Amino acid sequence: MNLRRLFLIAVPYAWLGLFFLVPFLIVFKIALSDSALSIPPYTPTLDLSGGWTSIKEFFQGLDFENFVFLTEDSLYWKSYLGSLKIASISTVLTLAVGYPIAYAMAQSADEWRPTLMMLVILPFWTSFLIRVYSWVGIISNEGLLNQLLLGMGVIDTPLQIMNTPTAVYIGIVYTYLPFMILPIYSALEKMDGSLIEAGVDLGCSKLQAFWLVTLPLSRPGMIAGCFLVFIPALGEFVIPSLLGGSKTLMIGKVLWEEFFSNRDWPVASAVAVVLLLILVIPIVLFQKNQEKAEEAGR
Amino acid sequence: MNRKLSWFNVTSLTLGFAFLYLPMLILIIYSFNASKLVTVWAGFSTRWYGELLHDQQFLDAAWVTLRVGVISSTFATILGTAAAYVLVRGGKFFGRTLFSGMIYAPLVMPEVITGLSLLLLFISIGLDRGIVTIVLAHTTFTMCYVSVVVSSRLMTFDQSLEEAALDLGASAWDSFRLVTLPIIFPAVISGWLLAFTLSLDDLVIASFTSGPSSTTLPIKIFSAVRLGVSPEINALSTLMIAIVAIGVITASLVSKGAIKRQREEELAGNRT
Amino acid sequence: MAEPAQQKVFAPWEDPSEKPIIRFEGVTKRFGDFTAVDKLDLKIYRGEFFALLGPSGCGKTTLMRMLAGFETPTEGHIILDGQDVAPIPPNKRPVNMMFQSYALFPHLTVWENIAFGLKREGMEKDKIEARVSEMLRLTRLEQFAKRKPHQISGGQRQRVALARSLAKAPKLLLLDEPLGALDKKLRQETQFELMDIQEKTGTTFVIVTHDQEEAMTVASRVAVMDHGKLVQVATPAGIYETPNSVYVADFIGDVNIIEGAATPNGDQVEIAWAEGLAPIVAKSSEPIAPGAKVHFAIRPEKIYVSREPDMERANRVQGKVIDIAYLGNISTYRVRLANGQMISASMTNARRLSRRDFTWEDEVWLNWTDTAGLVLTR
Repeated sequence: MNLRRLFLIAVPYAWLGLFFLVPFLIVFKIALSDSALSIPPYTPTLDLSGGWTSIKEFFQGLDFENFVFLTEDSLYWKSYLGSLKIASISTVLTLAVGYPIAYAMAQSADEWRPTLMMLVILPFWTSFLIRVYSWVGIISNEGLLNQLLLGMGVIDTPLQIMNTPTAVYIGIVYTYLPFMILPIYSALEKMDGSLIEAGVDLGCSKLQAFWLVTLPLSRPGMIAGCFLVFIPALGEFVIPSLLGGSKTLMIGKVLWEEFFSNRDWPVASAVAVVLLLILVIPIVLFQKNQEKAEEAGR
Repeated sequence: MNRKLSWFNVTSLTLGFAFLYLPMLILIIYSFNASKLVTVWAGFSTRWYGELLHDQQFLDAAWVTLRVGVISSTFATILGTAAAYVLVRGGKFFGRTLFSGMIYAPLVMPEVITGLSLLLLFISIGLDRGIVTIVLAHTTFTMCYVSVVVSSRLMTFDQSLEEAALDLGASAWDSFRLVTLPIIFPAVISGWLLAFTLSLDDLVIASFTSGPSSTTLPIKIFSAVRLGVSPEINALSTLMIAIVAIGVITASLVSKGAIKRQREEELAGNRT
Repeated sequence: MAEPAQQKVFAPWEDPSEKPIIRFEGVTKRFGDFTAVDKLDLKIYRGEFFALLGPSGCGKTTLMRMLAGFETPTEGHIILDGQDVAPIPPNKRPVNMMFQSYALFPHLTVWENIAFGLKREGMEKDKIEARVSEMLRLTRLEQFAKRKPHQISGGQRQRVALARSLAKAPKLLLLDEPLGALDKKLRQETQFELMDIQEKTGTTFVIVTHDQEEAMTVASRVAVMDHGKLVQVATPAGIYETPNSVYVADFIGDVNIIEGAATPNGDQVEIAWAEGLAPIVAKSSEPIAPGAKVHFAIRPEKIYVSREPDMERANRVQGKVIDIAYLGNISTYRVRLANGQMISASMTNARRLSRRDFTWEDEVWLNWTDTAGLVLTR
């Protein structure tokens, strides 16, 4: 029985170690290596046959050159900032769009809720790529939206939405909306309806009751939703590359191009390491929020 | 409870769901457009579906994607269920924190980083890129989703059921096989479906880990739509949306019975 | 079963030659700093219906889980039928357990649930059939064999759990709050059913409960537990009539506790308890040191309420009726004595309500004999 337990622990453990942890260490190692014009395009690899001296040489060969390079070229820090800005703005927008939907769902009749839930989840099961792509035909210069507006005479030259940050905002709000709606909805759904009645009974107007009771009680859900949108949006690649055009700088896209177009693996790895360091902060905050919410739920 | 929705709520629901579904609806409508141009509606036609079905490249990519999806999600389900069981029931063991970290980290890891790091691993161990490497990569990142789904079911699982099985003479393995597994099986199935969907859907990790002979459907779609709207892709998208919609609706109809039964169980449980 | 011609009183614990089926020898169980069971010794005999009674957290469930094998003692031994059970895992013990939550396998039918343990034993198919049918008959579940647990009522589920744990004919059946999930009426019916089944099968039952009425109804002996220790082990009547401590007296039923200083007087004890009032006279079986602080415990129904003092009873005090609780068959009077002490006394309502003897604010006498109460030193 103990052998079986060992096996049960060891197999997934070893798998994750080999395919998650080790690759990670390799990224770190290459980020600290020099680039070279060969295949693979970086130099030092650890050669253990040389014994202690080769290990020493290996460590001497490592340096922060690539990280220094990241600070020197404005492309990189501009894309980090760009990612942060786009992720923050789209998180706020998603919250603004998602909250009323979640609220209305929580207010609707019991027999409607499962259907509404399914309608929110359904897009999640359809291809992410297709959902992003579906906007191309709408917002491009000769797309449906511009045709409609031109036809109605609202505008006389097509709006340039495609290949601007606005297009990226639309894409992120659209694809990540379910992640915002669901936690807010579950926070609102748990709320005791008589709390609002108590608030009104104690002299609040309906709006005040919402502001003083509903909103604070749904805060854990809102925070969870914001993190669930912000964290993946920060490293997003598909949306900026399909909708954002060449001028929208986001770090996921830069990493991709560094790797596939410039074939500069050490710099790509350094970009990845820095992106991870940036991500650690929201992830830790998110974890804290979840723990707090769990404790409050008990 | 029957509450009347205010106009505000009705408006948010209408606008919200219109926002969620209109783009896909438009995509579906235009997949039946006879013209190649998005802007012009040239009448109803199934021409693009025909072209799609005769495009060997697309068919090959679809076949690769399907194989990768089935194999990787099956592996991921086995590994993820084992990992969930270890996390929830394994008690203390050496390196438990690292283990749970490795389960949850891939969920928040940007795909570009996961893809990049796996590619660097495959190169450094000299593994040629192809279907095998995509399967390995997909198994790794989807098993974490499976283990989250399964472990949340295990946490609500009444542990006295396992104790009862032991008490009645079952071995630890029998009690898992005959009691735990059948009860958590719906969660294992949803874990598999989730892993399968994620695998079918994945562009970034597959791009890093695929070789020239193993292009998956998302890679194919991505390279086609980079240049703008393509009617063939519209047709393909429509097919994929239709498959998912049918699948989800069937699943929900099937599980409606299951949920109803579960409700009855819960009610019965509360009554006593 | 062949009944002996003359009904002998079942009391193996009084027979020194009888071998117990279970022996706890200095069993201690600690969880970190918390001592759940503290150096406990206990003997349980074959054919007993033994109740472990105590408030939640007193260690009774831990004691039972150690018997089943889900916990191992930190110190001491548990001997089952002459064998130390420590090295035997739960799935190899000749002990079965009925869980508080019933733990019925939701994906299996009633029949499959009952057959589960038998199949693990590798019993032949037709023997399993026969045994399951027997169990279904015993618990009157024949027509529910094909149902799933969620398709039957709470009471029926309880019976399935019982049948399942009895199917393997264990040497010992453990019942963890078996009736806790049932409503009161059903619980009372089920108590008698349990006793009936225990008698029919002759299995030794150990039941854990926090409900004193339940323990008193079903058990041949009751062990009252507190903070990991056994306070008293005795028959239900013994526990009720002669509790060995204030804790037990207070835990079982209603009781009036009066504190005072004792003065032994022959086989009697005089207890000075209030200034200006006559001392309480009571018989005591154990010797009591002069001046010792004691508690006098008396049950409400042992007190006779009257308008005039009853000279035939050794103790008489006067008081005023403050509250009357009318419970149908009996009424309980809350009477305040001259020193402010409140005493409960109950009388059966032999007459109709309209002709009741006493009412609020009435001055009454409370009378009891010297054997009605107990002198407790702890």
